[in-house]
Amino acid sequence: MAIKGAIVVDIEYCKGCGVCVGACPQEVIRLSKKVNGKGYNFAEMQNDACVGCSNCAVVCPDGVITVYRLKV
Amino acid sequence: MSEVRLEDIIKPENKVYSKTDLLTDTVMHYCPGCGHGTAHRIVAEVIEELGAQNNTVGIAPVGCSVLAYNYFNIDVQQAAHGRAPALATAVKRLMPDRLVFTYQGDGDLAAIGTGETIHACNRGENITIIFINNGIYGMTGGQMAPTTLPNMKSSTSPFGRDVEMMGNPLKITELLAQLPGTAYVTRQAVHTPAHVRRTKKAIRKAFDLQAKGAGTTFVEIVSNCNSGWKMTPVDANKWMEENMFPYYPLGDIKIPAE
Ligand SMILES: Cc1ncc(C[n+]2csc(CCOP(=O)(O)OP(=O)(O)O)c2C)c(N)n1
Ligand code: SF4
Ligand code: SF4
Ligand code: SF4
Repeated sequence: MAIKGAIVVDIEYCKGCGVCVGACPQEVIRLSKKVNGKGYNFAEMQNDACVGCSNCAVVCPDGVITVYRLKV
Repeated sequence: MSEVRLEDIIKPENKVYSKTDLLTDTVMHYCPGCGHGTAHRIVAEVIEELGAQNNTVGIAPVGCSVLAYNYFNIDVQQAAHGRAPALATAVKRLMPDRLVFTYQGDGDLAAIGTGETIHACNRGENITIIFINNGIYGMTGGQMAPTTLPNMKSSTSPFGRDVEMMGNPLKITELLAQLPGTAYVTRQAVHTPAHVRRTKKAIRKAFDLQAKGAGTTFVEIVSNCNSGWKMTPVDANKWMEENMFPYYPLGDIKIPAE
C-alpha cells in the first residue's frame, strides 16, 4: 500500500515566507513565479511526491495549507 | 503511482490537516514568516482539543500580538503594557473555572511588565503564561529589549548590545523557575514541524496543570522577528538556531513532581 498526499494552499492568504519549503521532507513545495493579490510569491506543489505528512501545514505561520492523504 | 489524480486525493474524506476553526478567518497582520502566527495556531489547537472554546479567556499584551483578539475565536481581553499577568490574576480569581492564559512578548513581559510577571508567578496564580521571546521590540521598530543578545544589533543598539553599558540579556524564564509559585516552566520553539509538535504538547501540559490547580505554568517560545532582525524569514530562523538557542537553551526548566 502506498500513500499519496496533496496540499492546497490558500493562495490569497499565503505570504510567501518560504518556511514551508524547507519543512517538506519530499521537496514538494516551491514558491511560485506568480504572485497573489498582495504581491507575494505563493507556495505551490512542484511535483507529485507529497505523502501528506502535514509538516508544511504545521509550520505555516498563517495556517494557509490544507493537507490531504490517500492510501492507494 | 502517477495514475492517482489530484482530484482523487483532494476530497473532504481525505483531509488530514487544516487550520482550526478556533482561529478566525481574519488575515493576521504579522510579517511573513513571523512565529506569532504559528504560536497562535497551536494555542488555538490545544483549546480546541480540550473542548474549552467557551470556557477560555485569553489576555493579549501590547506588542505585535496586541490584536490577538481578532484572531482567536474565544474571549480575549487586552491588557495595558506588561499588565497581562495582573489582569489574568483578576480574571482567574473571579472565574476560577475558566482556562486563563496570557500571551506576551519579551518587551511586554520582561521589560515594562517585569514586576507583574514576577509577582504573579511568585503568588503562584493559577494561570498559564505564553511568552514569545524574539529578543527585540518588534512592534515599535526593533528596539533593544532586555532579551537582546550580547553584540546583537537593534535600532537602539546599532553597534550591537554592549553588555558593559547595557547590561546582560535577562533570562527571565530561569529566574521565574526559582519561584515556589511556578509549577511548570519550559522553553520551546515553533520554527520546525518537530518543534511545533513539542511546543503544542508543552502548552497542553500547562493547560492540564492549570485545570488541576497546580500554580503558574509558563511556556517560553523562542521566536523570530525577521523584520526587526532585518533578515528573510528563513534566514531569521537559521540565525535564531545559531544565536538564540545557545543563550536560551530549549527544554523543560521546571517540571512538577509526579
Ligand atoms: C505604556 C506604554 N509604553 C510603551 C509603549 C510602546 N510599545 C508598544 S509595543 C512595545 C514593545 C513590544 O515588544 P515585545 O513585547 O517584545 O513584542 P513584539 O512586538 O516583539 O511581539 C512598546 C515599548 C506602549 N504602547 N505603552
Ligand atoms: S509557510 Fe505558509 S505563508 Fe509561508 S510560504 Fe508556505 S504556505 Fe505561504
Ligand atoms: S504534506 Fe508533507 S510531503 Fe506533502 S507537501 Fe507538506 S510537507 Fe511535503
Ligand atoms: S515586527 Fe517582528 S514580531 Fe512583529 S509581526 Fe513582524 S516579524 Fe513578527
